[in-house]
Amino acid sequence: MSTPRTTNDGGGTDRPSPSSPPAATPKAKMSRRQKAKISRGIQYGLLVVIAVVVAFMADWSTLIDTFGRVDIAVGMFPDVVTQALKNTVVFTLLGFVLGLAIAIVLALMRLSSVGVYRWLAFIYIEFFRGLPALVVFLVMGFGLPLAFPGFQLPRLYIIMVALALVSSAYMAETIRAGIQAVPKGQVEAARSLGMSSSRAMFTIVLPQAMRIILPPLTNELILLTKDSSLAYILGSSVDGRELTALARAEIVNTANLTPFIVVALCYLIITIPLSYLSRVLERKYGSAESGVK
Amino acid sequence: MTDTTAAPDAAETPLISIRNLQKSFGSNQVLTDINLEVRKGEVVCVIGPSGSGKSTMLRCINVLETPSGGSIVVDGMDMTDLDLDIDAARTRIGMVFQSFNLFGHLTVRENLTVAQVKVLGRSKEEANRTAEANLAKVGLSEKIDAKPGSLSGGQQQRVAIARALSMDPDVMLFDEPTSALDPETVGDVLLVMRSLAEAGMTMVVVTHEMEFARQVADRVVFMDGGVVVEEGPAKEVIGSPKEERTQNFLARVLHPGQLG
Repeated sequence: MSTPRTTNDGGGTDRPSPSSPPAATPKAKMSRRQKAKISRGIQYGLLVVIAVVVAFMADWSTLIDTFGRVDIAVGMFPDVVTQALKNTVVFTLLGFVLGLAIAIVLALMRLSSVGVYRWLAFIYIEFFRGLPALVVFLVMGFGLPLAFPGFQLPRLYIIMVALALVSSAYMAETIRAGIQAVPKGQVEAARSLGMSSSRAMFTIVLPQAMRIILPPLTNELILLTKDSSLAYILGSSVDGRELTALARAEIVNTANLTPFIVVALCYLIITIPLSYLSRVLERKYGSAESGVK
Repeated sequence: MTDTTAAPDAAETPLISIRNLQKSFGSNQVLTDINLEVRKGEVVCVIGPSGSGKSTMLRCINVLETPSGGSIVVDGMDMTDLDLDIDAARTRIGMVFQSFNLFGHLTVRENLTVAQVKVLGRSKEEANRTAEANLAKVGLSEKIDAKPGSLSGGQQQRVAIARALSMDPDVMLFDEPTSALDPETVGDVLLVMRSLAEAGMTMVVVTHEMEFARQVADRVVFMDGGVVVEEGPAKEVIGSPKEERTQNFLARVLHPGQLG
């Protein structure tokens, strides 16, 4: 790939072209393939040197003592899976489902013919896309209870709503783009068969938009998995901890950073299959479906 | 158009009656004072250069485009009346599009049954029977479980015709049904339309297929610049047009590549 074949590669001599400079005779010049080989060799060499230097300079015993204590790692099981991992998954899914529902409504409002709906959705999306997720959590968890003394939601609801608020703004834009990518003729055909505009939207347009927006939605789910870690700032009982909260608690208990590594691996257990799923979906639906025209 | 057909005592009131239809997009007047009547069982072909407003006129009939003025009455229903249940009215007007517009996520069977079940409230079994019968009419029974994407353009258009027929419409509108097709599949679609006409279906066809118009249409309407320039029996309008604009258009279409 890095060596596109051109006509003057190798056999350039038997085609005298008047415009080629006289200096470019084949024996004086390296072929592009040779050049690419040498430059790649240098890059690999550099990588090996860096790896060796890092390996020798690192204080392995201290490193392992700080991050790789097997006894501490083993001690975290099974709670890290049965509670923390489970809670992370539950928070993420609840936030995602609520966020998706809000996002569909927002996307439809953005596409509405009613100007007020369009503007409301626009303001919501711009507002929550611009806010850091941490701020949303802080306001939901601490700000609102102070501002409205009666406001006292269970912690699970606060997490769910905060995650939904953050994700819905992004997903709304994705869904809107997906809906707009469905050809207008699909709606016209549905309407000409007597479907109402909302029925056409839900039976004809949204299912086809879904295949377009499924890969980016999977991506959003990955981002949300990581955002769910912000739930730790709300504090929790022992069995309400998700992965990050557990890691922080364990680090304090053990005065060691190994829990970070264990928790990091737990996040990867969730996110790597999801990104694989995202790639599969993209391959399956990514290329334009010939039926949708 | 003369007013003799509009006599109040006419035994056959027209199935479609368009009166003084106006349509403008912003300041762009696309249709001006269109008058057209289509009787039951009649096949009317609408011809004319692109941009002449013929597709817009057709799309006004089932209000895919909202008319800016005038009236459209289909089978006694005033299509411009805002109190009309437009969804119910549209079930009686079948429409076939240039780009087929089959539902890509559904099989052929589902394409033919979805509106029957969800709009007309037919049972699954009844919808299936209707779908199978209409698919047989267009000669594609074996494709019933295929996805539209796997069909050729001509096959997709025949499925689209079967989908419209499955609603048992009183009238069928065709919007340049063969313009997006490969030349070798045009014939199959025209054949289906021809047999439909022979079976007595009321049809309004916007088309560039002059031979089809000449042979199948009862009447031909020539539009140019948003007005009806000439209309009459197919053989007269295409064979010996009176208006100069019609003559010029037909000369260009029937003998492409020739000057003057």
